[in-house]
Amino acid sequence: MDAKDILGLPKTPLSITQEKKSRPQKDSQRKPDGISREVYALTGGVAPLMPSIDVSQLKRRPPSDEKITWQWLPFTSSARKDNLQLYHWVRVVNGVPPTGDYSFAKYNKSVDVIRYTDEEYEKHLTDPKWTKEETDQLFDLCERFDLRFIIIADRFPTPRTVEELKDRYYSVSRTILVARAPSPGEVAGHPLVKEPYNVTQEIERKRALSMVLSQTKHQERKDAEVLAEAKRIAESRMAARAAEEPDLPIASDIGPESAERAVGPGDTISPSNVQVPAPAAAPSTSVIADNSSTLASLRMLRVYLRTYALEQMVQAASSSAGLRTIKRVEQTLQDLEVNLKPKVPTKAVCAEHLELRKEILTLLNLQKQLQYKEAEGSSFRDGSYGDMPGSAKRSQRAADQDRTFVLDTISFGGDRGVKREQKRKGPGRASETSSSPAGAHKRPRKMKASDL
Amino acid sequence: MGKSEDSEKKKKMKDVEISVPIVYGNAAFWLGKKASEYQSHKWTVYVRGATNEDLSVVVKRAVFQLHSSFNNPTRIVESAPFELTESGWGEFEIAITLFFHNYVCEKPLNLYHHLKLYPEDESGPMSTKKPVVVESYDEVVFTEPSESFLARVQNHPAVTFPRLPAGFTLPPPVPQDESKRKRGDTKDHPLSQWFLNFSEADELLQLAAARQQVQTHIAKLRRQISLTDGQNQPFKSL
Repeated sequence: MDAKDILGLPKTPLSITQEKKSRPQKDSQRKPDGISREVYALTGGVAPLMPSIDVSQLKRRPPSDEKITWQWLPFTSSARKDNLQLYHWVRVVNGVPPTGDYSFAKYNKSVDVIRYTDEEYEKHLTDPKWTKEETDQLFDLCERFDLRFIIIADRFPTPRTVEELKDRYYSVSRTILVARAPSPGEVAGHPLVKEPYNVTQEIERKRALSMVLSQTKHQERKDAEVLAEAKRIAESRMAARAAEEPDLPIASDIGPESAERAVGPGDTISPSNVQVPAPAAAPSTSVIADNSSTLASLRMLRVYLRTYALEQMVQAASSSAGLRTIKRVEQTLQDLEVNLKPKVPTKAVCAEHLELRKEILTLLNLQKQLQYKEAEGSSFRDGSYGDMPGSAKRSQRAADQDRTFVLDTISFGGDRGVKREQKRKGPGRASETSSSPAGAHKRPRKMKASDL
Repeated sequence: MGKSEDSEKKKKMKDVEISVPIVYGNAAFWLGKKASEYQSHKWTVYVRGATNEDLSVVVKRAVFQLHSSFNNPTRIVESAPFELTESGWGEFEIAITLFFHNYVCEKPLNLYHHLKLYPEDESGPMSTKKPVVVESYDEVVFTEPSESFLARVQNHPAVTFPRLPAGFTLPPPVPQDESKRKRGDTKDHPLSQWFLNFSEADELLQLAAARQQVQTHIAKLRRQISLTDGQNQPFKSL
């Protein structure tokens, strides 16, 4: 029993030889104009839909009325402060050399390093760890090397770390700016003033970076495992503590951070998780996690409209559902004569609305489950998987019955809603008895299918 | 107060929220004989307390952003009642930004209202006496209110005060000079006869009935599922 026989494929590899024959034909078809053979092959041997180069333009000659010569001429550049005389090839048109500054002079940008006066130094800038001489040298180097602190640190006469140099430079510049400004408000927008250099943070950050860089492969794998474990614990902890602090700061620390940081929170989470009592029946922890994270983000907003909050909660609750399911939920709400968006969104109304939506989702899931199980059941009974049309029809009928059943109950409920509430003795039983007589004409069909 | 006590307090206050029920919308009068091509309606857009109480205990100012064809389309209202009256011919979306007092919240809140001038029933006659009124109910929720906020609004009718966690006491409120400030409530507002009533009772009833039906149906389905499971079981054990 060859697999090819079953599939109906030819046993001899005819197709392959056919391919081999056609390929050399394609290769010899390589006569594009204007593009070299290698470039043509780069595109996979197929001509591009649009020619990328206009072939006729390729061999264009310069306009013949101009006389072009190339001359070796001296030039000056505004970027140079010395009198060095340099030469280069220049395209001369009709005997007229080009005018203007050296074309690359505009790229000679430098940093505006603020220089202080001696007076200002005495007034604002004295520091126990820095002499005036050192500070002067620092600023000279900064100007000379355009704030390239690695080089400056290298050239600095006394040994200083890059962070120390940066700290001194930025704090001096900041103080001068603020001192010179007519009012503090005017400089508040200046980046030097707005974001001061934080030495300790920088040192810490660089240390962490170098640690990550110098990790061995083995360590990397271990850290990934710890991170995943911590994430799982944090999520289940969030689910368990839905009513209490979700502890977002710890979760964000665990995110993209260095190795040693992750170990710390990971350790603290596990013991505290043990102490937290197991939560009451939660249908699915992912739904609870969604809800609690929505709640947390709402809390972060400090102020919000209740309609907005309801929207977010509804989205979170339906996050696992597809678009069709959401439409079905909305259809059900309409059938039940409930506003899709409550007209009077008080806290109680919103809570009830949300619960109703969740219950409808459960309802739809159960319907699907039942359909599936019934289809399963009918395929068992029919005895062969090949009988596709039959079981399809059966499951379709079941689906139709479901739909009419749903609509029937709901529309029925709509009429009798008030009466039912008055009559109710116990939740389930009374409604069963009241619904069966009226639904009788539709019911028997349903019972037949399940009675088989 | 030790640090642990502070964090304990913070934990308890995590779920405390203050909500202010508001109604915002517009009332538009057709000008009838006095209507011109560009000024056919006189309309007022407003934000009021849902029970017509004074919102200025919470709201510092309201900014109404009108269509750019209006002069000075950004209208700032610094005191209650937070409303704006204008005349025009077109319907457009008005963005209302509510700014709150410092002790309430530093962030403003945006509301959007589509100005309605023409009645739903296009064929009906337009009246100069009865305005077209469209209102929306909503609640402004403040999370983690500060103690000063709580103290300031306790016992104020415009605010839904939360139940505070056990053992929590508030400082006594600073007495306000009520006589000097003019009335900011909308109970006797000229438009108050047209204000709509929003009662949560009807909606709650409707929702409760709907939930009941759905729950019954769910129970039924669960029974059917277990029944079908029972029927399928002999096949599965093959």
